[in-house]
Amino acid sequence: MLSLARIAAVSRKEILHLRRDRLTGGMIAGIPIIMTLLFGYAINQDVRHLPAGYVDLANTTASRALITDAHATQVIDIITDAASSSELEAMLRRGEISVGILIPPDFERRRIRNGQPVAQLLVDGSDPIILSTAKGLVQLPVEGRASRPPGQPSDTFSFRPYYNPERRSVVFIVPGLTGVILTLTMVLFTAIAIVREREHGNLELLITTPVLSIELMIGKILPYIVIGYIQVSLILLLGVYLFNVPINGSLIDFYVAVGFFVTSTLTLGLVISTLASSQFQAFQMTFISFLPQLLLSGYMFPFEGMPRAAQWLAEIFPLTHFLRIVRGILLRGAELAEMWAELWPLLVFFLVMMSLSVLRFRKRLD
Amino acid sequence: MTLAIETHGLTRRFGDLVAVDHVNLSIPKACVYGFLGPNGSGKSTMIRMLCGLLQPSEGSANVLDTRVPEDSAALLARIGYMTQKFSLYDDLTVWENLDFLYRIYRLPGHDRKRRINEMLKRFWLDDRVNQFAGTLSGGQRQRLALAAASLHEPELMFLDEPTSAVDPESRRQFWEFLFEMVDCGTTILVSTHFMDEAERCHELAILDEGKLVAAGRPDQMKKDLGASVIEVEGEDSRAMRNTLIELDGVLSCAQLGKRLHVLVSPDINDPGQMVRDRLADKGLSAHASRVDASLEDVFVMATMDT
Repeated sequence: MLSLARIAAVSRKEILHLRRDRLTGGMIAGIPIIMTLLFGYAINQDVRHLPAGYVDLANTTASRALITDAHATQVIDIITDAASSSELEAMLRRGEISVGILIPPDFERRRIRNGQPVAQLLVDGSDPIILSTAKGLVQLPVEGRASRPPGQPSDTFSFRPYYNPERRSVVFIVPGLTGVILTLTMVLFTAIAIVREREHGNLELLITTPVLSIELMIGKILPYIVIGYIQVSLILLLGVYLFNVPINGSLIDFYVAVGFFVTSTLTLGLVISTLASSQFQAFQMTFISFLPQLLLSGYMFPFEGMPRAAQWLAEIFPLTHFLRIVRGILLRGAELAEMWAELWPLLVFFLVMMSLSVLRFRKRLD
Repeated sequence: MTLAIETHGLTRRFGDLVAVDHVNLSIPKACVYGFLGPNGSGKSTMIRMLCGLLQPSEGSANVLDTRVPEDSAALLARIGYMTQKFSLYDDLTVWENLDFLYRIYRLPGHDRKRRINEMLKRFWLDDRVNQFAGTLSGGQRQRLALAAASLHEPELMFLDEPTSAVDPESRRQFWEFLFEMVDCGTTILVSTHFMDEAERCHELAILDEGKLVAAGRPDQMKKDLGASVIEVEGEDSRAMRNTLIELDGVLSCAQLGKRLHVLVSPDINDPGQMVRDRLADKGLSAHASRVDASLEDVFVMATMDT
């Protein structure tokens, strides 16, 4: 019989361990705070005066006026001009400028004709903030431009982002960070929890008591679910108050989703715990499992740009699904029910990993 | 007589190594039963199989009328196990450790504080309640481990070399605790490699290289020793040993400080005279006389042929 009292006893003991273990205790608050600050401040969100250059192949009154107007927005500072479009691209590549304006020789003809953008905006897309900031210039009005029928695009510039086809921003980064940080900390904490008992010889005693494997597993992960919620709240608080991350969806929906995610991630730690024979090994396995999740989940690189095989692999990871949920709920304002397609893979992951760890952790020494 | 443990052909292999080799045992209830043997003789493996921690490769065991390992889950609440290495939580206090186990065994909640306090008093730990287990001395740890293993009043306790890390005084104390428990009807199975501890057991099994080589009451085993024991005292014990060991009829010759214990085949009529003659032939002056067998002699005889 599954006993709640025994589960509670295991959890109580686990909390006592946590209170004694200063390193883990420090990591509970330290990792989310430090990583959020690092990630957050590394991205300057209020970008103005982007260094810019231009090539004016038309060199008419109107084209010169357009460049002056663009400069006057203060979004960009015209610091240099180039002789050709390839020279402009080279400056962009070298990082001397973040934005390039390319005015083609047929500028005047485009200006008078309908429907076509009159010039190009080349943007360094490696920084998502620059990308979104420069985007504000696309509809800069042009003097004496032919009026066009309503509903037709009226862009002055055709927008050409460089180096980053996907357009991301800080609001993408901080909410996603909840998933990244939890993936690291949750797996690490549980991975160590059982290995530590084995290393210290406690397991030999535990398995001669009537405690069941499943009771031990559930009792071990329960305190960490609470810790997961503490970490998420910390990151969210920092995100909202320091980096103005919007919360467009329901927080309750988000917290329910966090529960799904944390529980499934914790079971990965349990599996590692049953595989590793020392705490050091558990550490290694945690990082080995963490890196592909970080790289393939769509957090670092756009999911769509990855090879097929990598995408399939990434669909297994809880982090991949959680990132989509976070962006869906927090940024696009989606409801939890709409995210079902991302929730059930978390459930499946949880069930598979939990069964694996209970099966692997037989109450025997051999 | 009711038995606490009965095994038939119990065997455990680790790859090519046979750690326990077809052992048949009968262990009566309410006694201290000892497993005596050197390191690697299979004592720990035996205990682990009897607790259900290890799957036997062959044979069967009956522990407290329960088949092991098939039904060992049901057995866990009725046995106590004290591991060779200290296995309580170093970073929990004495109280917290016992409190954790009390809850794990699902003992009655209203009685928890009283019972733990009773155990602390009984094992002289009442002044260490809030001390971390990791900072206890060897003897204190061992008393805590014993308290933990007997917290739920098990009918049968397995103690795996419980005293190998403590001083003689603590050891003596420890055995008094054991006898108290036996008086209350508990059966205790203890493994050791100390002769003086083995001597205290009501019954004893001598294990060597996984085989059961002798079993019985210590005094009976000494009486039934299949050899005469001659104690030799002289100047050059090494030379005496080298001389005597070559003699026909001498089974073994062990040095104990300046003395030699010579085990002689019972076929020899006057073994004392034989030893004296031999030493005189070689010009070694010594005093030799027949003495009662010690448990060490029993151990030497039992482990000789294997």
